[in-house]
Amino acid sequence: MTSNNKKELLLEMKNIHIDGFSDERWHKILKGVDLNLYRGEILGLIGESGAGKSTMGKAAMGYTQPGCKIIKGEIIFNGTDLAKLTEFEKRKIWGTKISYVAQSAAASFNPAHRLMDQTISAANRAKINPTDVLRKDAVQLYESLQLPDAENIGERYPHQVSGGQLQRIMTAMAMSPRPELIIFDEPTTALDVTTQVEVLSAMRSIVDKFNTAAIYITHDLAVVAQMADRIKVLRYGEEVEESKTKDMLSNPKEEYTKSLWSVRSLIKPEETNDDYMLSIKNIDAAYGSSKVLHDVSVNIPRGKTVAIVGESGSGKSTTARVITGLLPQTKGEIIFDGKKLSPKLEQRSKEELRRIQIIFQMPDTAMNPKQTVDEIIGRPIEFYHGVKGKERETKVIDLLKMIELDETFLDRLPSELSGGQKQRICIARALAANPDLIICDEVTSALDQIVQEGILKLLQKLQKDLGVTYIFITHDIATVKAISDEIVVMYQGKVVEQGLKSKILNPPHPDYTELLLSSVPEMDPDWLTNLLNKRSN
Amino acid sequence: MSDNTQSYSAKGEVSSITKRRTRFERIKIAFSKAPLSAWFGMIVLSIYLFAAFFAPFIAPHGEAEVFPVAYAPWGGEHLLGTDQIGRDILSRLIFASRNTLGICFLACTIALIIGTIFGIIAAIDRSYIDQILSRSIDTLMAIPVMIFTFILLSVFGPSNLNLILILGVLESTRFFRISRSVAVGQVVLEYVEVAKLRGEKLSYIIFREILPNIASPLIVEFGVRFIFIIFTVSSLSFLGLGIQPPAADWAAMVRENAILIQYAQYDITAGLTPLIPAAIIALLALAINFVIDWYLYITSGLKDDIK
Amino acid sequence: MPGDFATEILGQSATKSSVEALRSELGLDKHPIPRYFEWLSNVFQGDFGSSFSGRSKVQGDQGDRSRLVVELIIPRLKNTLFLTGVSALVAIPLALLLGISAALYRNSVYDRSATGFSLVTVSSPEFFTGYIFILLLATLFPVFPTIANVNEDTSLIERFYLTALPVFTLTLVTMGHMMRMTRSAIINILSSEYIEMAKLSGATRYEVIVKHALPNAWAPIAQVITINLAYMLIGSVVVEFVFNYQGIGRLMVGSVYNRDIPVVQACALIFASTYVILNLLADLIGIISNPRLLYPK
Repeated sequence: MTSNNKKELLLEMKNIHIDGFSDERWHKILKGVDLNLYRGEILGLIGESGAGKSTMGKAAMGYTQPGCKIIKGEIIFNGTDLAKLTEFEKRKIWGTKISYVAQSAAASFNPAHRLMDQTISAANRAKINPTDVLRKDAVQLYESLQLPDAENIGERYPHQVSGGQLQRIMTAMAMSPRPELIIFDEPTTALDVTTQVEVLSAMRSIVDKFNTAAIYITHDLAVVAQMADRIKVLRYGEEVEESKTKDMLSNPKEEYTKSLWSVRSLIKPEETNDDYMLSIKNIDAAYGSSKVLHDVSVNIPRGKTVAIVGESGSGKSTTARVITGLLPQTKGEIIFDGKKLSPKLEQRSKEELRRIQIIFQMPDTAMNPKQTVDEIIGRPIEFYHGVKGKERETKVIDLLKMIELDETFLDRLPSELSGGQKQRICIARALAANPDLIICDEVTSALDQIVQEGILKLLQKLQKDLGVTYIFITHDIATVKAISDEIVVMYQGKVVEQGLKSKILNPPHPDYTELLLSSVPEMDPDWLTNLLNKRSN
Repeated sequence: MSDNTQSYSAKGEVSSITKRRTRFERIKIAFSKAPLSAWFGMIVLSIYLFAAFFAPFIAPHGEAEVFPVAYAPWGGEHLLGTDQIGRDILSRLIFASRNTLGICFLACTIALIIGTIFGIIAAIDRSYIDQILSRSIDTLMAIPVMIFTFILLSVFGPSNLNLILILGVLESTRFFRISRSVAVGQVVLEYVEVAKLRGEKLSYIIFREILPNIASPLIVEFGVRFIFIIFTVSSLSFLGLGIQPPAADWAAMVRENAILIQYAQYDITAGLTPLIPAAIIALLALAINFVIDWYLYITSGLKDDIK
Repeated sequence: MPGDFATEILGQSATKSSVEALRSELGLDKHPIPRYFEWLSNVFQGDFGSSFSGRSKVQGDQGDRSRLVVELIIPRLKNTLFLTGVSALVAIPLALLLGISAALYRNSVYDRSATGFSLVTVSSPEFFTGYIFILLLATLFPVFPTIANVNEDTSLIERFYLTALPVFTLTLVTMGHMMRMTRSAIINILSSEYIEMAKLSGATRYEVIVKHALPNAWAPIAQVITINLAYMLIGSVVVEFVFNYQGIGRLMVGSVYNRDIPVVQACALIFASTYVILNLLADLIGIISNPRLLYPK
């Protein structure tokens, strides 16, 4: 990707310290990070939430978000220290010499202007070329980014194109003035895996084509491996390590770096049986007039874990809502432990409700922010089992111990817990009902890698101890490999296939499963190249 | 620099707030950081409340006590003079705090209760009940409250009870709107779904799950609407249709003494007499606005949505 | 005020039979609900009926001096529209300017004093502001008249002079609201991601505001304006009373006193329909300025 013989330093950041203001006081976000970038090189910046990677990326432009300030450090770009420039001077560099690609393209495009006007606005302002030349160039950029209808797509408004397309148009917008450096700030995080592959390959080819230097920020090591020549790992505002991509993948020096892909090392032997805890038969369901589930049938064996995999819009979460009764099906039936469940929530008995529990993706919104841990876990105990007072408290503490927390957490509010702790409390709340079936809806998606591993291990242990059955809804194949016995693949409201993990994950596959599985980035810098070669054949 | 990940434990995970604080401590901290304007607002409000509760003990004369001299000047036995039929103005100002605050508070509370309960029910339902309630509220809101009150008062006759009931019902539309829109945001959150899935009753979901989480915007709205009701009642009283005599009312006092303004060039205190009750209303509204602004700041951090 | 127009006009001494006679002539003996629908169907045919007042107190007197409601209302309506129109022309540009500039220089001394001052004006009832103006500019320093006494023959220049104080009052009272709402609408837009993106692509301060913020601000600003026009209309009732200005608000209050139901109903209808039209207008501007609704997928 890089021509190493031409090592000319483009950006040099020295000893960057940045503070941010929140909760009425200043916090350190970056504590002295260095960064070097050569012309035509791509540097991957990775870390978990709160690592300061995004702040670092913006600092590379000499920009800090409102409420943040650069305490000390130099940002030498092309020989000038951006930290010392005035806003006015920096504006001449922004958008022309350095451009920025944001995570949420949908929110970052101005809803009031056509895409073409926004694409060429920076180059137009700098009068790099006459407008009609810029327009033609933009169409060519659209073409090389493999956008459909490149001639006319620029005439649309942001809300008229899809998320993956917007992300590519934003890349075209960044490339239009032919900058020397592009900052990619988590550009594919919000996208589905199959879309992510398209966007990644488009971005890589265009950066290669113009030999532009780039900083690529992400939390996903496998993604960054496809893009970067070098990788820098950040944690809590400090550098953990930095090395060439190949070396980093084959031989990470620090424990922390290894832990970043620990989930991928979790493996569970598969088992199944014909004693179904739950079977759903030929289910149709709709939101208003739009039908989202078409003839879905799934069987869940007792005491096992079935993973339902699919991308957004596949109907996997809708399936969960139908099972719980939140969204009554329009056709078909649900058999739970040999008995038919009524479609409507209100018509199910308290006992039926107790036996099926659900854990949601976002623990922040799954708990009442005004209730303490004691109230959150204690309510189902009281509600279902009629246990009160001292006995109730002992039970709550038992549950807290089961999820590896203790009684010191009793009077905490959700806002006083970390993400992983919150999800554990949600698990305890589900367990408090003493259920037979727990539906886990993307329970690890919002969590950092290491925390994910902890939660998955806990869920496995609980299954072993208590014999509960899990339905595990997720879009993440690594999680599926780690936890499931059986897999159901869904696409556009239909079941593609169901079977044992080994059967689904190994060929031969139906077309969609093939596409889905092959789109999951692997820890191999050549993965994307190989995949594209394979697909073009 | 490396952290040993093998020692990872759920308990040790760093949470966002490092220091545990009880509710009382948090309130204490909020008060210690309250800006001057908030203190001003709170002190002014407590003076008004004090005057309202202890009016008979503070006021030098009775509310409707008539003295021989009408339009007596300031000073002497009548600190702020007497009105057109010889009633002590200072005493009436103090008694008026009772009447105005009492009537407005009752009307606002009725509006809060009716509006909030129906608002949350509509938010949970999101189908027929919601449609019927929302559309009829839209219709009610299409007519400006003061004009509507005008018409209703001229149909039912102006009495303090009618005033409270009419304003309570008309203003409940605002509480309906706000509680519905805030509650809709909460109802779709998973914690409400969890409660539904547990099989909880509607009343539990309204009062235990949703209400605590929409309390802050409702408190703000209560302040805003309270000011609005004071203004509406005052405007009505000023026009002669609001709080009924002999009960004292600030705005009615403005109208009764307005004629004195013409004599301001001879005696400035005469010109100020009708302005004092008006200033009292303005000061009350300002104090409530200050407290609302501060409350908004501490409950929503950076939110800057003052209407 | 118990009783109705009939007892009001004939006084306490009237005989029962004469009250009954007047009642049936005015239609007050009928149930209010059919009476209302009868009125409503007449309104749709352009007939607002005639006023109660001005009727002869003596039964059988042929000199009926009652006037048509429409005749009564039209000149008053013109006066009110003049007052609110002039106030709006002063208040809207001023409030938008103050609101936008306060949002741009957020938390500056200028912003703090502007929002502080607006809070004071918002907290003052119309009659307070009105009487302060009277005290200062009509009594202590007699620059303007206390009473805004206009009639159909008043010239335009004189009209401006006579209505100066009511216009000041109405302007001040609505400006505070409008300025605060504009400010928070603009701040809301300035904190969105596409504004940060525009800054990061090198847009100048001017460009950020004019090209990126304003096109998205029209809808909220239009809403702010129409809400405040409606507010101004209601405020004009009290202001007209303070300055004894012969507008529709003054007429309505007088008619409520006299229980002159046809006039009250007609005035209320005018207020309510203006209010509804203003709100519809706000929605319409919201749709026109929103590309999402203009260019569907």
